[in-house]
Amino acid sequence: MTSPFQTRRSTPAPAASPVPLIPRRAAMALVTTLTILVLLLRFDPGTNPAARLASASSAPAVDSIGSDPVGTAATGSAQVTGQAVATRFGTVQVEINIARGALVDVTALQLPSGGRDSQVSAYAEPILRSEALQAGSASIDTVSGATYTSMGYIESLQSALDQAGIG
Amino acid sequence: MTVALGAARRVERIMGTAIGIDVRSVVPATALDDAFAYLRDVDARFSPFRPDSEISRLACGELAMADASDDLSAIAALCDELRRETDGAFDAWGHRPDGAFDPTGLVKGWALDGAAGILRAAGATSFAINGGGDVVVAGEAAPDRPWRIGVRHPLVADRTAAVVELVDAAVATSGAYERGAHVVDPRTGQPAGGLLSITVVACSLARADALATAVFAMGGLGPRWLGARGGALLAITADEMVLTTPAMDRLLATDG
Repeated sequence: MTSPFQTRRSTPAPAASPVPLIPRRAAMALVTTLTILVLLLRFDPGTNPAARLASASSAPAVDSIGSDPVGTAATGSAQVTGQAVATRFGTVQVEINIARGALVDVTALQLPSGGRDSQVSAYAEPILRSEALQAGSASIDTVSGATYTSMGYIESLQSALDQAGIG
Repeated sequence: MTVALGAARRVERIMGTAIGIDVRSVVPATALDDAFAYLRDVDARFSPFRPDSEISRLACGELAMADASDDLSAIAALCDELRRETDGAFDAWGHRPDGAFDPTGLVKGWALDGAAGILRAAGATSFAINGGGDVVVAGEAAPDRPWRIGVRHPLVADRTAAVVELVDAAVATSGAYERGAHVVDPRTGQPAGGLLSITVVACSLARADALATAVFAMGGLGPRWLGARGGALLAITADEMVLTTPAMDRLLATDG
């Protein structure tokens, strides 16, 4: 099956139509592909919301979106529920949230549970909260992620200390 | 070069970065000397950039893993544990073209954890160590006040994207602004994309650092992968959204 950690979209899964007796491998590929597509969409760095929605609507497992994607993009925000897809391991259904015309979250409404599928389900659980990036300046003790990789930092620090008269 | 900031604050350049120690409790003056001496010693022994280091001698076959020092064996065991825990997204054996063991991504955090141990053993109860933006803190910054650690804004260097409040914990941030395409998924060989920075809080800096690197390498799947495991993570995406897991939400300052 496709690795759940694959970070690039590769060969699409076999036809995703909800035929009652999907072979096991194909069903697993479907679930995994859905998960990957959902997560890829979540982090799509593109800026065109219409393109994102087109991408969502072309995904095999959510090909029947419950509302009009074009209208949604035009009006700004909405929740769009994907079609419930039957697989050998259970039903898969996702809901996407759109704000200001951009895809901001994907929630799994229904996922198979138990066995190996619970691992797949875990990746898609709606566990992340999201908000817009802002630049803050609250008082802090130190900084994580600062670029302290050049001598310039120490030199700058030293000059600041010198100016403050505490070096 | 040493910058003396007072009796218990000092910055030195070691491991190719600036390491700052800020002790706020009473501590013997020799404790900082010992901590920095330890960090210089680790750098000399484990830097892949020094031809006489244990890592370099291991890579060229001059030294066998069976004959490695206890410290290097411990580092290798920790790397192996994290490789399995991250399903190979953190792989100290997988990112060099020759496949040689290169624990550089873990050694700095491991060394700073060790320096924290030295300070604790010397009686320090309140301190922060910042090594190139990776931070380990002990105790509180002041009575009834946790350490407030800013998460660097990935696009505006002198602003914060969030503030985490920590007591006895470690936080590591892996950012594209710092390393760019250097963060590569060892399973695909492709540069990680879609994320500007990943911040992880854990009990040790070695773990926080390795998990942040692994999540970064996983790209879009990474944040949910760690979130599903209950990890404390803050991810900043290329489309300028901040994603947080419930464990991280509990640590975020409301005024950050």
